[in-house]
Amino acid sequence: MKEKIVKVILILLGGAFLIIMLVLPLATVLVYALRQGFETFSKAITDEYAVKALHLTLLATGITVIVNTIFGVFAAWTIAKFRFRGKQALTTLIDIPFSISPIIAGLVFILVFGRIGWAYPLLEAWDIKIVFAVPGIVLATIFVTFPFVSRELIPLMQAQGSDEEEAAALMGAGGFRIFFKVTLPHIKWGLLYGVILCTARSLGEFGAVSVVSGHLRGKTNTLPLHVEILFNEFKLTAAFSVSSILVLIAVIILILRNIVEYRVKREER
Amino acid sequence: MYVELQNINKRFGSFQAADNVSFSIEKGKLIGLLGPSGSGKTTILRMIAGLETPDGGDIIIDGQRVNSLPASSRGIGFVFQNYALFRYMTVFDNIAFGLEVQKKDKAYIKQRVNELIKLIGLEGLEKRRPHQLSGGQKQRVAFARALAPNPHLLLLDEPFAAIDAKIRKELRTWLRETINKVGITSIFVTHDQEEAVEVADEIIITNSGRIEQIGTPIDIYKNPATPFAAKFIGESIVIENYGQLHGFETSEGYLKAIIRPEFVRVTKKEQEIYPHASERGTVEAIFFRGNMLELRLTVGGLKFISYRSLEDDVITVGEEVSILIYRLYLYNDYQVRLVENMAFKANDAFTI
Repeated sequence: MKEKIVKVILILLGGAFLIIMLVLPLATVLVYALRQGFETFSKAITDEYAVKALHLTLLATGITVIVNTIFGVFAAWTIAKFRFRGKQALTTLIDIPFSISPIIAGLVFILVFGRIGWAYPLLEAWDIKIVFAVPGIVLATIFVTFPFVSRELIPLMQAQGSDEEEAAALMGAGGFRIFFKVTLPHIKWGLLYGVILCTARSLGEFGAVSVVSGHLRGKTNTLPLHVEILFNEFKLTAAFSVSSILVLIAVIILILRNIVEYRVKREER
Repeated sequence: MYVELQNINKRFGSFQAADNVSFSIEKGKLIGLLGPSGSGKTTILRMIAGLETPDGGDIIIDGQRVNSLPASSRGIGFVFQNYALFRYMTVFDNIAFGLEVQKKDKAYIKQRVNELIKLIGLEGLEKRRPHQLSGGQKQRVAFARALAPNPHLLLLDEPFAAIDAKIRKELRTWLRETINKVGITSIFVTHDQEEAVEVADEIIITNSGRIEQIGTPIDIYKNPATPFAAKFIGESIVIENYGQLHGFETSEGYLKAIIRPEFVRVTKKEQEIYPHASERGTVEAIFFRGNMLELRLTVGGLKFISYRSLEDDVITVGEEVSILIYRLYLYNDYQVRLVENMAFKANDAFTI
């Protein structure tokens, strides 16, 4: 009986916390966005700068996810399948973006590629712009999100061991065949899960991107930065309208995540 | 010699897995690499396969030095301890994998895989996934998969370790027969001496990275070359002060002796035949071993084990009995010597 009461109280507490901290704010976003009618809402999200910001966000996310998926698979493969000195150090290094504030990540790029950075003369000679341009935004997003895929894969691949890969190699299979025929079927759901997390984080990345972006409207403004600008200009309805796009994407991702998580669990059985 | 290892060394950190290992294997033989866990036997197998690189020494297969040859081009079949079947492929695809890698045509692959499935007796299970198979079936699939690309050497790492005792015996006989049928040179690793003795043509005993002895099972059993080999093959008990036993009074520099249960014969006091050569001892305990009795005996502080047929006269715990010891292995740190019971021999000669 006592246990039952504790259980109910804990569930209620958890639920209340979630409602106050997550559901209410998100609902508020939608309510605020639609407060002045649907027309204002659609005007805000079809605004030229909003659309351009969305494009840039999708571009940066697309590149980031591709790069980080490839990097993540390589890193996880290396760590899980080989024995070498400094393996622990590499694993720790991969986690650095998780423990570093995004703003520092942004500043790092300014310090390297910006006007005061050591790589600046070189970049100028080649006429490449990184800071306050799209490449900088992409780099910052990649930096911030690169642990997601490898973090998902490393424990998975370590648990599997390398026997199956060794068996395939002994029969003369090359690296590509081993990866696609033996390793990939095992890690595909974990990989997809990592990709989804990476996508979600890339879409919403604010701190690091804010530092390197330069906030040029229509050029280096991502969707989260666009929301900030609108907010600072007291265009609250527009800000919330644009935010609602991000919220919508987040909800879709959440649903995808749950489906994949379910599949992963089933696979493990 | 078909497979030759010359002065192979391998070290993992402070662990010496192979310490100047040399041996050679004749074509068509089934060899058992036998040793306790951590003796380096699996490492030796993995070095032959190319999954580990030796720190020094040469591995020669079919006259070719293969040290720098990658595992994939050595043409070796390997059966892993936990089978390592591709869990996302069917039985058919598992066996076909090696052939697909070799880009054989479809008709040939189909014919070869079906032939192997027949050989392992799993007809009708081609579409199963590994997790739908029993341990013994998995083992057979792993075996067929290793054989599919027609390797000229088959390596098996603890092939029976993960199978329950009853099927293990059956599978051992099956494997022995199948390997004979296929006629492939094979090396298997095991820590189970019974398994090695039963299956192998020749046994290589390893201990802490070194080879202790190479020989046929009977040869090793009868003439162990090192104290380790004597203790490891067959059942053995170590005794000290063996000089107090009749017929073993003369000791020359050997401190301890190894005795096997089959070296000890127990008779009831009244039926004693060789009083000069026998001891008097007490039965401490009796265990039923399924098809015989195991007797625990003490003779003046020394403890022995002996087996007794269920057909023999009943002996009870605490009874004083006559104990005849035929022979002992005397040993020191370096060598082993077989000594017969001198009193018994003299006695024997006298009666003739």
